[in-house]
Amino acid sequence: MLDFLKRFAGNRGAVIGALLLVVTLLLAIFSPMLYPQSPWAIAQRPFLEPFTTEGYLMGTDTLGRNVASGLAHGAYISLLIGLISTLVSLAIGIPLGACAGYFGGWVDDILMRVTEFFQVIPTFAFAVVLVAILQPSLTSIITAIALVSWPPVARLLRGEVLALKSREFIEAAQLSGQSSTTIILRQIMPNTLSPVVVMSSMMIATAILTESALSFMGLGDPEIMSWGYMVGAGRTVIRQAWWISFFPGLAILLTVLAFNLIGEGLNDALNPRLRKRG
Amino acid sequence: MLGFLLTRVGKAAVVLLCITVLNFLLIHLAPGDPAMVMAGEAGEADPEFIAQLRAQFGLDRPLYVQLWSYVSSVAQLDLGYSYRQNLPVLDLILQRLPATLLLSLSAFVISLGLGVLAGTIAASRQGKPADTLISTIALLFYATPLFWFALMAVLLFSVKLDWLPGYGFETIRSGYTGMERVLDIAAHLVMPAFTLGLFLMAVYVRMTRASMLEVNKHDYVRTARAKGLRPALIQRRHVLRNAILPVVTLAGLQAGQLVGGAVLIETVFAWPGIGRLMFEALAQRDYNVLLGVFVVSAAMVLMFNLVTDLAYRLVDPRIRTT
Repeated sequence: MLDFLKRFAGNRGAVIGALLLVVTLLLAIFSPMLYPQSPWAIAQRPFLEPFTTEGYLMGTDTLGRNVASGLAHGAYISLLIGLISTLVSLAIGIPLGACAGYFGGWVDDILMRVTEFFQVIPTFAFAVVLVAILQPSLTSIITAIALVSWPPVARLLRGEVLALKSREFIEAAQLSGQSSTTIILRQIMPNTLSPVVVMSSMMIATAILTESALSFMGLGDPEIMSWGYMVGAGRTVIRQAWWISFFPGLAILLTVLAFNLIGEGLNDALNPRLRKRG
Repeated sequence: MLGFLLTRVGKAAVVLLCITVLNFLLIHLAPGDPAMVMAGEAGEADPEFIAQLRAQFGLDRPLYVQLWSYVSSVAQLDLGYSYRQNLPVLDLILQRLPATLLLSLSAFVISLGLGVLAGTIAASRQGKPADTLISTIALLFYATPLFWFALMAVLLFSVKLDWLPGYGFETIRSGYTGMERVLDIAAHLVMPAFTLGLFLMAVYVRMTRASMLEVNKHDYVRTARAKGLRPALIQRRHVLRNAILPVVTLAGLQAGQLVGGAVLIETVFAWPGIGRLMFEALAQRDYNVLLGVFVVSAAMVLMFNLVTDLAYRLVDPRIRTT
């Protein structure tokens, strides 16, 4: 464990990523204390320029809502959606991939056809259609993101399981009479953990991007302030008020960057052999 | 070759069939009455109109009969009717398709060209400032929300610097013809195409760089170096040619990303393509158009995959697997 931390900390990008994530997390946790007022509340006159008025560091939007407050409250929702939708897609992808790899044959055939289908359809367009038809809400957004992002997980798991299946310790477990379920859960799954962890970090990044794109298109949960919504709300007045769109977009960029950097750091730290080769 | 083509077209047809079934399920999953979904109304529709729709689509018949009639009408290229625009959905899409094709293809060429170029430069100067710079930029682009970057590009290049037009397909009522018109459209195309290609460019830079570093370790590269060939020549003739193959494979598979990105980019730049059509359909709750754009964009991605696969087989005759 200590070894792992040392390797992770030795990667400059990973450290920057971790710091960025800590800032975002703190912002998300303390947003109700920093800005107790609802981010939807009209707080000042509209189109207040940034860095001019105390308490309104990032100015106000077209209706006079505090941009900084929206940013803080949006941090929570971005992280929440990123995390939950990734967990849901892991919950779909891991069992499907593990079964395909372990059982092979027609099970593998069918499951991989389904996976291919979901990979070939244009993902963002599918997500848009799903959210629009199910009506925009936290649940429909998470469902849509999870439904478009599980195929790579299934493929990864299948590959890992295929590679592990022929190893001696699995044969030993089979000979000792363990059931398929036990072998998959107890023997195989723990060995696939590190690539799954790396992939999850990258998936959270993609999920945050997808969520922001959906709410930019006006498909966000109407009750929830999110970064994508803020960029979208500033779109039509970009000529007069650059700050309304600029700050939330920058926040998305930095958060997504954080998860990508952490993912790469984890990859190097968990697979030290790979790094030496590259 | 013909056999390969037939299998691939068959597979694509199966995928399209599945998407059609998926669309049908989605219409029935939607909260409320499918007739209202198709009418694009949310509870405010004239009851007589809804009753007429219900009879027209046979919503009182069993589900499998409805599925069959839906699938067969899509198979005959009937994507339904947009009650908002008073036009068949297919006509609406066909009007907009050329703009999207122009945008996506330009973005694809730009991202692949610049991506491979920058990746090659980075790999041949591994660890040096040029490599660090290119890798950092690629990392940033990889994390940038496209729609935000597009807005910022408009702000900088159109509002502040006034170098490029910030929205639309061409200057309206300019009366340009011939070459003048082509140049006008090209000027309008620059920003959307670059911003759409941004994410993919980052992907290709990273792929090319990694792939070239991998190929660099092969024995034949060492032989070439030992022979005393110039480094630039080795990179170009021995390394790049072999390193580019996995990049081309990936390039074809990423086509779906372009179509998805096009929805966002067309929204920002008011580019009159099917992505913008999708955005307008969202605002008007015009579900028929929405589903139609989804089917057509999926068909586009399938076509694109097929073409890149074919190109790949022509470029590299060693590939014989289907």
